[in-house]
Amino acid sequence: MNPLVLWFHKLGSPPYFYRFAGRLLPWFWGAALAGLAIGLYGGLVLAPADYQQSDAFRIIYVHVPSAWMSLFIYAFMAVNGFIALVWRIKLSETLAMAAAPIGAAFTFICLATGSIWGKPMWGTWWTWDARLTSELVLLFLYLGVLGLHQAIEDRRQAARAAAFLALIGIVNLPIVHFSVNWWNTLHQGDTVKLFGPSLIDSRMLWPLLVMAVATKFLFAASLLSRARVDLLELESGKDWARQIALAEERA
Amino acid sequence: MSYGSTTSACRALLQRDLSLVWRQRGDALNPVLFAVMVVALFPFALGPEPTMLARIAAGTVLVALLLAGLLSLDALFRSDLEDGSLEQLVLSPHPLALLLACKIAVHWLTTALPLLLVAPLLGELLYLPQPVLPVLMVALVLSTPLLSLIGAVCVALTVGMRRSGMLLALLVLPLYVPVLIFAAGACNAAQQGLPVLAPLLWLGAGLALALVLAPLACAAALRISLS
Repeated sequence: MNPLVLWFHKLGSPPYFYRFAGRLLPWFWGAALAGLAIGLYGGLVLAPADYQQSDAFRIIYVHVPSAWMSLFIYAFMAVNGFIALVWRIKLSETLAMAAAPIGAAFTFICLATGSIWGKPMWGTWWTWDARLTSELVLLFLYLGVLGLHQAIEDRRQAARAAAFLALIGIVNLPIVHFSVNWWNTLHQGDTVKLFGPSLIDSRMLWPLLVMAVATKFLFAASLLSRARVDLLELESGKDWARQIALAEERA
Repeated sequence: MSYGSTTSACRALLQRDLSLVWRQRGDALNPVLFAVMVVALFPFALGPEPTMLARIAAGTVLVALLLAGLLSLDALFRSDLEDGSLEQLVLSPHPLALLLACKIAVHWLTTALPLLLVAPLLGELLYLPQPVLPVLMVALVLSTPLLSLIGAVCVALTVGMRRSGMLLALLVLPLYVPVLIFAAGACNAAQQGLPVLAPLLWLGAGLALALVLAPLACAAALRISLS
C-alpha cells in the first residue's frame, strides 16, 4: 500500500490519533498564540486608523476572522459528518462533534463583535439584515447540532444523528456567504477578495490575514484537544485508554 | 416469497394512516384550534386597531400555521414507534423513502389541509386586505408541504427520544426560516402592490427539491435513529 494511504488509514485508529494529536498540539497552540499576538499587535497598534471610522474599525480584526471561521468550521463539521455517515469512521464522528462547540463560539463572537461595531457605525445593535440574520440562523444550527448530540444516550448514534443534521444545515452556508451580494442591505459587501485586488489598504490587510491564519491554528489546537478528551471518553473501556489513565494516575 | 408490489404497499399504508386519523378525528382538529388561539392572542397583545392588525396579518397567519404544524410534527412517527410498526416499515422490502413520503403526505393532508382551509378565516380576524389573501393562500399551499417535508427529516432524527418536543423545535425552526422569509416576502410584496412572482417561484423550487430529497433524507435519518 502507498505509504501515504497507509498513514491515513492508521490515523483513523483512536490510539494512533491520540498520540499523533498530542505531538502536534504544542506546535498548534504555539502558532495560534504567536499569530494572535502578532495579528492583534499589527491590527490594534501598527495599522493606520480608518479615514471614516477612525479607531473603531479595528474590531474588524476579531469580527471578520471569527466570521470566516464560523463558516469554515461548519463546512469542516459537515465534511467530517459526511465521512462519518458514509464510511462510519469513528474519528470523523469525534472530530465533527468536537468542532461544533468551537464553531458555535466563533459564531457567537462574530455576532457579538458585529453588534458592538454596529452600535457606533450604524446606530443600532442589531438590524434584520440578510447577513446578520443568516449568521444568527447559523448559530441556531450549531446549537441544534449540539442539542441533538447531547440528547441521545448512545454516543456514536448521537454523533451520527447530529452529523446528519449538520449535513442538512449546510444549505445555509452559501446563503451566509453570498447574502451581501444577493441582497443589498446595511452590511457592507466583501472587502477582502480571494481573486482580484482587495478593497483595503495593504497595511490594514496583513494583520487581518495573520489573524485569519492564527484563528485556523487556534481552531486546530482546540479541536485536537477536545477530540483527544472525547476519544478517551468514548474508548474508556479499551486497553489503550486505561493505560493512559493509569499512567496519569502514577504521574 | 412474494411481497406484493410497491404501489399496493403504498396504498395500504395510505389507507391505514388515513383510517387511523379518521378514528381519532377529534384530535385532528387540535392544530386548527391552536392556530385560531394563537392568532386571537395578537389583538389582545397589540390592541384591536384594524390598520395595525392589517399590516401584520399575513405574517401572523404564517407564523401561527408554522407553529401549529411544528406541534403536530411530533405525532408523525410517535404511534408507529410505540406499536412497532415503524420498525416493520424500515424492514420492509419496499423503498423506505417512498413509504415515508406516503406517511408525510397523509400527515400534510390531515394537519396542514385543515389549517389551509381555516387560513382565510384567520386572515379575516386580523383584517387582512382582500388582494393579499390569494397570494397568502398560494404561499401557504407551497410552503406547508415544504414545512412538513423538512420537519419530517428532523422528526426522524429525534424519533427515539422521550422528551423531544423542545429539541425538535430547536432543530426545525432554523430550517424553517428561509421558507418563512420567502412566504412572508410574497405577502409583503402583495401588500405594497409589488410583483409577487419571484418569492413564490423560490418556494416552488424549494418544494420541488424537497419533494425529491426530503423523503430520502428522512429515510436515512430514520435508519440512524433506529439503528
